[in-house]
Parts: sequence; structure tokens; C-alpha cells
Amino acid sequence: MRWGEIIRRVLLIPPTLAGVGLIVFVLLRVVPGDPIAMMIPPGASAADIARLRALYGLDQPILQQFVVWSGQVLTGDFGRSISLHQRVFELVLARLPATLELALLGTVIAVLLGTVVALIGAYLRGRRAEWAIDGGVGLLLAIPDFLWALILLLLLGVILPVLPISGRIDPQLDIAFGTNFYLIESLLTGRLDVAAALLQHMILPALALALPFAALVARLLKAQLAEAEDQDYAQVARARGFSRPAILLRDVLPNALIPTVALGGVQITLLLGGTVLVERIFSYEGIGNMAIDAVINRDFPLIQGLILTFAVLFIALNLAVDLLVTLLDPRLRHG
Amino acid sequence: MTAILAVRDLHVAIGRRGHAANVLRGASVDVEPGEVRGLVGESGAGKSMLGRAILGLLPANAVITAGTIAFEGRDLLAMPEPERRKLLGRRIALIPQDPMTSLNPVRRVGAQIAAVLSHHLGLSKRQARARAGELLAEVAIREPGRVLDLYPHEISGGMRQRVLIAMAFACNPSLIIADEPTTALDVTVQRQVLQLVERLRQSHGAAILFVTHDLGVVAKICRTMTVLHAGRVLEDGMTADVLARPRHPYTRALLAATPRADRPAEALRPVPPALIESLWSEAHRLDRLADAGLPS
Repeated sequence: MRWGEIIRRVLLIPPTLAGVGLIVFVLLRVVPGDPIAMMIPPGASAADIARLRALYGLDQPILQQFVVWSGQVLTGDFGRSISLHQRVFELVLARLPATLELALLGTVIAVLLGTVVALIGAYLRGRRAEWAIDGGVGLLLAIPDFLWALILLLLLGVILPVLPISGRIDPQLDIAFGTNFYLIESLLTGRLDVAAALLQHMILPALALALPFAALVARLLKAQLAEAEDQDYAQVARARGFSRPAILLRDVLPNALIPTVALGGVQITLLLGGTVLVERIFSYEGIGNMAIDAVINRDFPLIQGLILTFAVLFIALNLAVDLLVTLLDPRLRHG
Repeated sequence: MTAILAVRDLHVAIGRRGHAANVLRGASVDVEPGEVRGLVGESGAGKSMLGRAILGLLPANAVITAGTIAFEGRDLLAMPEPERRKLLGRRIALIPQDPMTSLNPVRRVGAQIAAVLSHHLGLSKRQARARAGELLAEVAIREPGRVLDLYPHEISGGMRQRVLIAMAFACNPSLIIADEPTTALDVTVQRQVLQLVERLRQSHGAAILFVTHDLGVVAKICRTMTVLHAGRVLEDGMTADVLARPRHPYTRALLAATPRADRPAEALRPVPPALIESLWSEAHRLDRLADAGLPS
């Protein structure tokens, strides 16, 4: 990717976010559901309701509300959560690391698993065992992440209770963390026992997020591997006495990764979106789980803050994927 | 002199059982140590298939139904795979047809040459890189140290072919299969590449099986030649003899269809369709005999 392209993409970020903000803001206010109705005790007077409405600025015209909110957001003030009575910015910032760590772990598992399966499938090309790989991948792909969450929870949490099924860390463990990136922090500071305890909690939700994405990676990459292996450079490598596994790893895989990342990279956003339901199922304290509560409570400021956060993450992921493709393909680097 | 390569009665069929099409029908070719043999034929004659069969590069749907391929007296077809892999790239090398697609686009030129050297000769990374630079200098690439660090798309087609030639000669092979190595190149580059191959052959002492449809190239660099059609050898001998006194009518027709500097263009005659037809019907007659289990 050239510098001009990068600058163009960065310049497009503010209008994109403004658009997302406007759509969410307006949609929240025109669909049925009223945060004030959720807060008031039974039997509150009409005057009290009107006062509460005015307190949150909800009595103003929507466009005017949007202008006020946008102005605050530009100064870094995302408002106060109606249901949690705290600043939205601090709430999201406290929970975001948990989701990022979970999504990262899920992505790592998915990429490793998908790559291994794709390589095995490509190696078995033309043999009967290839069908088994394709069938397994198809099955993995057909089951959505939240269903995997329930299946894994039932299998490894209930029927065979080997792993914890809720939360981010054992509540009996009293550990102080300097940041909210618990896993990364404990790995960096060498507290491996803490990391192990965290991983025990994360592995099931991470697997649930990873399995459909792993299947996607496996399917895409396997097709690209087969195509790359038919190219002259791979054939010629065989005539030089290299073994098939060596050629697959050294010549075919680096070439097949380029279109796979370009096509499949943005699908990580699906995995990120999956955190909403999966975190809920495992009571994992991330922003996905928080988003569900925010919606249930019609917590307008919190919903807006969370959607903007997801939007920023999606944009960042798209940029990262394009950069990665450029990094993998020397023809684009010099282009 | 005993042949370094002896292909005997090679039959190759492509496609599934029952629908298989024969591409080689009992082809036999000998290459003696240090000689350059031209393997000539039109498209579909089976000349590239023969080269690929020697290298074990037949397409997945092709099967060798009969015959032997002996290299230095040992049958490559009967040899276990790992043993054959030790010969390929080291004792038998390939100069591929298309320099634009035969190099890995995401690996640096130097790394691709070095991989062959460390794989077959066990050179360390540093040794392999130094030797790769020497090889590039040997194929007349200027600034070899710089070219080692370039990717294939950063050098010209002629240069890529030089890199592929350097890789073919890297381990001092005794036999090189050159699969139409000049077809994809400009005419001016073609000559330089042919001269380069000839020079390296002499200094490294390798034999070359030169697969081509270009009789001009054969006349220039091949001592002996084999004419292939429909997977059968029609004529075989010293290049000078075959070109001066072709015995088979197909060879005569091929020569008449080849442009030459000492002959006006109007004298060019296409190979007569009737001749092609009779050759194919003979080939199909042999197929039927073989299917019936009768000796041809």
C-alpha cells in the first residue's frame, strides 16, 4: 500500500465515524424504547418524568441532541451512562482490554488451527482423506459462534466439568493488576500461574469465537494452497528434489497467504462482533457483554460509546489487514 | 560410450481408465555424457511430456504405462521417492520454459538459489549465499551481490532465465533437461541465453536434453537430435546427418516448413495435412493393437 493510499484511508476515518455516530444516534431515538421509562419508579408523576427527561437532554429535538453530543465527543466527553451512573469513556476503557484479549486469543487460535488444517488438506489433495477434511471444515463453518459457545459450555463445563464457565478470572483469586490487559500483563511480568488461571477462563469463549473463523481460514487457505501448488514455481521446485511438505511450507504457503489475508482478513470483524453473544454466554466482563446490558437498559450514551468503539476497532482492523497484505507481498511493497 | 540417460519404450497415458489418451507411444531416447541432444516435435508431440516424465513432474492424471528411464544405469521409475529426490536438482536439473512464472514471486533471488545449494550440498547459509553470488556472476549478471537481494519482479525476463540457468548448474549436474528455455524470450535475448547455456555446458561438462520445436536452435547447438511425433520417435541421429539427409518424410516436411536465411520466404511450405493425418492414423492403429494386447 502506498503512502497516498494510507493517507486517503486515514482521512476517511473521521467522516466514517461521524456517519456511524449519526445513524446510531437517530436510530436509538426513533425506535421504540425509552431510557426514562426504564428508570422511573412505578407511580412517578408526569412532572417528575418530564424533569428527568430534561436532565438528560432528551426533551430536545434529535438533531439538536446530536449536535450537543458530537460537540462533547470531540472534547473527549462521551457522557454518563444512564444505568451505571459513570462516565462512558471510563466504563468502556475498563472493559475494552478484556474483549481485545479474548478476540486476540480467538484470532490466534483460529489462524493457527485454520492454517494447520489447510496445509493437511492441501497435502492430502486428491486422496479420499481430503473429503473428510472438507466435510469437517464445512461442519465447523455451518455452526455459528454462539452455538459453539453453548456446545462447549455444555461439554467441557457441565457434562465434563474441567473448565470454568463464567467470568474472566476466579473471583477467589485476589490479584492486583497494573492494567486491564490481565493476560498480556501477567505474561509480560512472568506470572505464568496467573496467566494459566486467566487462560482457563478464556479458552472456551475464545474457542467458540475461533472455530467458525478457523473453518473460514482453512477453506480459503486450502483453495489458495491448491492453486499456488499448480504454479510453475512450485512444480519446478519439485524438479529440484525438494519434498512436497518442504515446498508446501516454503514456496506455496507464503504465496497462498497473500490472497487469503486479503479475502479473509476483514472477516476478523465477524469474530469481533461475535464477542457480544459469546461474552454474554460466558459472563465474560468485556464490552460485548456490556453492550447487551446497555441495550436492555436503553442506556443511550453507553450504546453510542460502545458502537463508536466497535466502529473504531473495525476500521483499525481493515487498515491492519491491508498493511499486512502489503507486508506479505513484495510486488505491492515496491509497487 | 554408455548413455547417461536411456529412455526405453516409454508409454504415457493421460486421463482416467477407459478414456485415457496416449501421449507417449513407446518413445526411446539416449543422451550420452556431455552431449546436447535436441528433442524436436510440434505441439502435442509429447516432447515436453518426455522431459517431465524424466523429472517426475507428470501431471496428476498422467500414468506411465510401460517403459524405463535409466539415469547413469539406474531406473528412475523403479527408484524409491527419497532416492530420486537426491538426484533431482543435483545430478539431473531442469531449465524451465517460462522464466516469468518459474521463480517464486515472494522469495528473493538469492534465497531461491541458496536453497538448492544448502539442500543438496549441505552448504551453510553464508556459504550458500556466497556461492549463489558466484553463480550469478557466472551467468553474466552484473552486480550479483545486489541482484541476490532482489525479488523476481524486479529483474527482466532475460535475467530471470539466467537465474534459472544458474540454479540448474548450481550443483554441477551431469544431465540438464532444457524445456524450451528460449521460447518465452525475445529473439535477441534468445541468442545470448543459448550461448550462455552452451558455455556453461562446456565448463561444467553436463549433457543436455534440449526440448524445442525450433530446428534453427537444434542446428546451432545440438550434436544429436530426435524427432518426435504423436509420442513416437520418427527419426534419430547426428544433427548434421538428419538435417542434410532426412530419412522420414515428416522430418523432410518439417525442414521445408522452417524459415532459413539462405532461402526466400515463398519457399516455405506447411507440413502437408495428409502426412499428419497418416501419422496420426498409424499412431491410433498402434493404440488399438496395444489395447488388444498385440505387439506392435
